[in-house]
Amino acid sequence: MLELHVNGGTYRSGAAVGRSLAETLREELGFTGTKIACNEGHCGACTVLLDGVPTLSCITLAHTVAGREVTTIEGLREHPLVDAFVRADALQCGFCTPGQIVSAAALVATNPSPSREEIRHAMSGNLCRCGTYPRIEEAIETWQG
Amino acid sequence: MARLIRTEKEVEGRYTEQWVVVEEDALDQWPAGPLETVGRDTPRVDGYERARGEAIYTADVQFPGMLHTAVLRSPHARARVKRIDFERALAAPGVRAALGPASGESSGGDAEASGAGAYTPDSSASAPYSSHVLTDEPSFAGAAVAALAADTFAQAADAVRLIDVEWEVLEPLLDADEAVARESLLEEPRRYERGDLERGLGEADVVVEAEYRTQTLLHNALETHQSVCRWEGDTLEVYISTQYIWGVRSGVAKALELPQDKVRVVCNFMGGGFGAKNNAGDYTFIAAELARRTGRPVRCALTRREENMASGNRNATIQRLVAGARADGTLTALGGEFVNAVGWDGFSASTSGPMQLLYACDNVRTVDYGAQLNTSPNAAFRAPGFVEGTFGLECLLDELAAKLDLDPLELRKRNYSDSDLVDGRPFSSKRLLECYRRAEPHWARREEVRARSEAPWRRGVGLASQVWYGGGGPPSYAWVRVGSDGRATVITAMQDIGTGTRTAMAQIAAEELGLPLDRVEVALGDSARGPFASISAGSSTTPSMGPAVRAAAADAARQIVEIAAQRYHLEQRVLSLRGGHVVSADGGSWPLEEVTGLLGSGQILGKGARGPNPAGMRVLTFGIQVAEVAVDVETGEVRVERVAAIHDVGRIINPLGARSQVEGGIIQGIGHTLSEQRLLDPLSGSVLTQTLDAYKLPTIADVPELVTEFVDEPDTHLTNLGAKGLGEPPIIPTAAAIANAIRDATGADVRSLPVTREEMLRALREARERETVAARTS
Repeated sequence: MLELHVNGGTYRSGAAVGRSLAETLREELGFTGTKIACNEGHCGACTVLLDGVPTLSCITLAHTVAGREVTTIEGLREHPLVDAFVRADALQCGFCTPGQIVSAAALVATNPSPSREEIRHAMSGNLCRCGTYPRIEEAIETWQG
Repeated sequence: MARLIRTEKEVEGRYTEQWVVVEEDALDQWPAGPLETVGRDTPRVDGYERARGEAIYTADVQFPGMLHTAVLRSPHARARVKRIDFERALAAPGVRAALGPASGESSGGDAEASGAGAYTPDSSASAPYSSHVLTDEPSFAGAAVAALAADTFAQAADAVRLIDVEWEVLEPLLDADEAVARESLLEEPRRYERGDLERGLGEADVVVEAEYRTQTLLHNALETHQSVCRWEGDTLEVYISTQYIWGVRSGVAKALELPQDKVRVVCNFMGGGFGAKNNAGDYTFIAAELARRTGRPVRCALTRREENMASGNRNATIQRLVAGARADGTLTALGGEFVNAVGWDGFSASTSGPMQLLYACDNVRTVDYGAQLNTSPNAAFRAPGFVEGTFGLECLLDELAAKLDLDPLELRKRNYSDSDLVDGRPFSSKRLLECYRRAEPHWARREEVRARSEAPWRRGVGLASQVWYGGGGPPSYAWVRVGSDGRATVITAMQDIGTGTRTAMAQIAAEELGLPLDRVEVALGDSARGPFASISAGSSTTPSMGPAVRAAAADAARQIVEIAAQRYHLEQRVLSLRGGHVVSADGGSWPLEEVTGLLGSGQILGKGARGPNPAGMRVLTFGIQVAEVAVDVETGEVRVERVAAIHDVGRIINPLGARSQVEGGIIQGIGHTLSEQRLLDPLSGSVLTQTLDAYKLPTIADVPELVTEFVDEPDTHLTNLGAKGLGEPPIIPTAAAIANAIRDATGADVRSLPVTREEMLRALREARERETVAARTS
């Protein structure tokens, strides 16, 4: 039995060896806020924090994160970035948005007032097909209100 | 009263003449400009649900016992299944059922003969059930051949590799010009002519000819095409990522021979479509059939790779164009041969549309060929045809302007058309001149931009105009329910594909009911819980649904006023709804819930319908974009530094969301211009760019400074709302504006998309050679 620490809670999982963290979170533990859009580590939609570090959960095996703290969008619902994203209209279809907010949360945790270049560097692994990028920049620039 | 009319219906630029039942639109136009809620920046009403990861997309739908599907897709562009054997696949762990092609020889004999329920994967029979969307003669790489349902997706995906297929591989047809020459066409060539092209060319002082090419593009919505199908008794529930709930309903009902009300289609949150999700798709039929055979809910979700093989694309085009003009810039002739590399199936978009519609030119001749190839079928992709056709036309105009030594903006103004020359109708509204006027300060930056050139970077500015449809139309219906607590719910079975139409509908209802926005809900996305609603394609949701929602809210408001008049002994005409209150002309004011509270647990139900489109008028959207670029003339790298967009789409309901639409359109346009391209293996016809590292979408680092403006004037002829659609217009002129800026910066004519470094360097070489020849001859 695998023991996972997610958003401050402890969960027992019967995930098979070889099962990804993203699938385990979504299908077994019900954290469907984490999206899978490419399932091979190219788009960032599945981004979660692993001990605070943004990580692509679709190419991370569930069994490799035992004992580490996993934070999904469900653990960041009260983060001021959520307000900032909605205020700035930094989402359209919203499918990439949880991953964007998770990546942005990691950025502002270490760098609360990132420059435009720093935002672009930190966020360039999160694709948004609707093209909300200018709004995402604005949301991260204004997240502190 | 319902009225039956014969009318032209347009979706994505395709017109059909049909009977439509409409209801009269009796409401007066709202005044122009910001109102209480409409016309004001409004964050999305579902923003928190989406941002917090609470919104349930089709990808998130889970049911107890749900099975997962993997699809065997043809690796060959053209082949025949000589033999297919499911035995090993059916014996694999977790596999519950299999589907094979509807016809042809498979090793187990007639699947239907085994009878529903008699078949289990443990039985020795290797006979799968069949589906009409599976084929044993695939005509493109990615065509669905067989499918398996298993307890997990991993099991299904592993087992699908165990389906044993013997292929007869056939020679594919992959070249569009060759297809035209061999008359491999999906429809008769579409010819259009007004005036006399030869005469027009004879009258011209200057003639330019050029061939433009655009590439095949992949939609890549982040939620892939998918469905979950579940049978509840004799009703099929389809949870699907779709742009058209009602189209899926009728498509599924027809194919499965079910009464329409026995199909319930649900799409509450949707992860992007861009035109590719207008139909049920093979995945829905696969899931429905496997659900029927197993008695369990079944998910069929395309992988990213399948998405890029088989879920639609913007087809490539070849455009051979000619333009003639007098020395003063008056266009005398426009001609074009447009080859659409459609694919095995799909539709031949109106790539010639912009050439026919944009300018007041008397002599125009176009022909569109829809080449049928052994490539995957195209699908509508955000202004299909017009994105491609505008690239050709607007680049041609700038090549003409260069030859005439005329300012490109001036050239466009001189050929402004006051009415639609295709059918002689007046425009319901056209404020393109106002767009041009507002573009002037952006255009005036070009001296300063060019002056910032610094070796090896050269800078320049280019512009392009935009024309497109976007008027929507009937039928479209909405209900508005007002409860005794004075809160309202808009109910209509439309979908919000991410464009923010849910928010726009809430704003419209709030405005009409005089309610603050937080007292209005919108219930959409379920064919069993609301009336028929428009497709979300062709920039039609807001102009189709908005007036219906307004009419429903007005119907509810009228009933509230009727009740209040009786309760307070006042005449109805002195009462109105404002700020959550019923107010009277003499200063009386009662909270809305005091009036609606009289209903107890009852409710007021307002009904509304979209009225007819204005008879005898052409409804179009217009705009212009001005792009600034920097080109490294040594490496061929192109950077877009700024795009200004000015669009005329009638009234703007939500300026905040509208700006987002425009920015998103431009960013997709930048991807189309510079980085995106589906690549095929030229021999096998298989897609080489199946993954998001190979197919290059724009990232946040690719985004330039973006400036957006709207004319924001209601189209008073169109509807009681005066709003047109905005989904597609902003992507249309971007590629041409960038290409024209490249010409301004370097003198080089890029004629092929994407503008890769190779294409840029080719164009630069060609320009240098031209200069050398010119220097020698002078």
